[in-house]
Amino acid sequence: MARIEVKSEITGTVWQLKAKPGDQVEGGDVLIVIESMKMEIPVITEDGGKVVEILVKEKDPVAEGQVVAIIEE
Amino acid sequence: MFKKVLVVNRGAVAARVLRALNAMNIPSVAVYSEADNHAPYLEMASQTFAIGPAPARESYLNQDTIIEVLKKSGADGLHPGYGFLSENAGFAQKVIDAGSRFIGPSPKWIDAMGHKTRARDIAAQYGMPMSQGSGVLPDDNDAILAAARKIGFPVLVKPAGGGGGIGMLPAKDEAELLTAVERSRSMASRGFGTSEVYLEKLIERPRHVEFQILGDQHGGAMHLFERDCSTQRRNQKVIEEAPGPLIPRDKAVGVADQIAGIMKSMGYDNIGTVEMLLGADGSFNFLEMNTRLQVEHGVTEEVTGVDLVRAQIRSAAGEKLADILPGKPEIKGHAIQARVYAEDPKNFFPSPGKLTVFRPPEGEGIRIDTGYAEGRDVTPHYDPMIAKVIVRAATREAAIDKLVEALDGFDIQGLKHNIPAVVNILRSGQFREGRVHTGIIGEVTGKKI
Repeated sequence: MARIEVKSEITGTVWQLKAKPGDQVEGGDVLIVIESMKMEIPVITEDGGKVVEILVKEKDPVAEGQVVAIIEE
Repeated sequence: MFKKVLVVNRGAVAARVLRALNAMNIPSVAVYSEADNHAPYLEMASQTFAIGPAPARESYLNQDTIIEVLKKSGADGLHPGYGFLSENAGFAQKVIDAGSRFIGPSPKWIDAMGHKTRARDIAAQYGMPMSQGSGVLPDDNDAILAAARKIGFPVLVKPAGGGGGIGMLPAKDEAELLTAVERSRSMASRGFGTSEVYLEKLIERPRHVEFQILGDQHGGAMHLFERDCSTQRRNQKVIEEAPGPLIPRDKAVGVADQIAGIMKSMGYDNIGTVEMLLGADGSFNFLEMNTRLQVEHGVTEEVTGVDLVRAQIRSAAGEKLADILPGKPEIKGHAIQARVYAEDPKNFFPSPGKLTVFRPPEGEGIRIDTGYAEGRDVTPHYDPMIAKVIVRAATREAAIDKLVEALDGFDIQGLKHNIPAVVNILRSGQFREGRVHTGIIGEVTGKKI
């Protein structure tokens, strides 16, 4: 099974977790919402599968390109 | 006049207000969060106070801390700038209760205009031109549909408590309406703490034209003409100009006079902006009123020669309009402002980072309003605007050319910024011809934004 790293496109702070380990997700689903510069930017998975790990928690700072979740196809 | 003024803001507007206070020889107090420690504009203040951690709710929005600073500093006036606490009636009242003056309108106006349907009701009572709308929608689906039918489709669902275009959704027919109402309610309750929404007639391809108002505490109110702020992304302004292109002058001045008359009969008592949507049919329709200094006030200053911040402060100190602006203001030339945002020019996503290089252009007719300097971090905690580039020229065409040249000469490195996108729009035939509307960025870039 392929492990897929889901990355944040932007630098900001984790505002909401929309998925948890064990969840089945589809391509296009929002996993996490990042708040940056007064905007909410969703972290969307391109691939469907099972969420293995969410690597951040609410209020955590994240950097552009940082891996924030792992999905298993 | 004030003995000392506390400026409760950051960035470009803090710098702007401090500059006005210095020009008026009024001692000033600035505040800063941990993220803004050593910000360049703090040097302009007579006194500074640290007010807490970077997140705004723990610093710039922390009312208790700010009232404490107000008392400790002995300031007899407080300037809120724009954003943060500038349109919070409860906070304005706390400033007054603490024995100081709030440099803005009376709390009753902030309160009345902060709620969109109440603002519409009041404006309508005084004869403000506006499109048809509903009151706050009830929960009952049949009643919602009936309200929309009465207005006529297409309609726009809007949160009653909010602003910034958040939660605004169009519905072209009954099938779309209920879903739009539900989604708008959920966005409104998350963003503004109230799920109240209402309907307005949707004006297609509207222009955003707003009127600058200045009132005093003696029953006086006047206008300083209009600004066109149609070029927006995600309902936030990117390019603003004065005067508005392709509006006959007698029409613009006529509407401005009408609005100033309404403000006078209402008794509006400080700076404010009445935002209107200009329909393709030439109709002006009340959108909302901002009871504060506007981000784009600089373009009005450039074409009228009036220092709006100084005028606002003098009005708040109790001076009469007749003394503040004895002559009738006139428009000379054309001014355009571009907001430079730290964001990806392709998808308009935020792009915080360090300004490793930050060299604004200089030249005659070029004005830069900023709170940043080379080497400073643009953090994710605040809005993405890093500078306003304002140019003035004899004609609109010359102003566009000058702005393009100024933006091309703005050397910013270390983060992504929207200058390429703004220049692209300024160069487009559609913008140059003045055929602006709120969807112009999408049309010029071919992207949905």
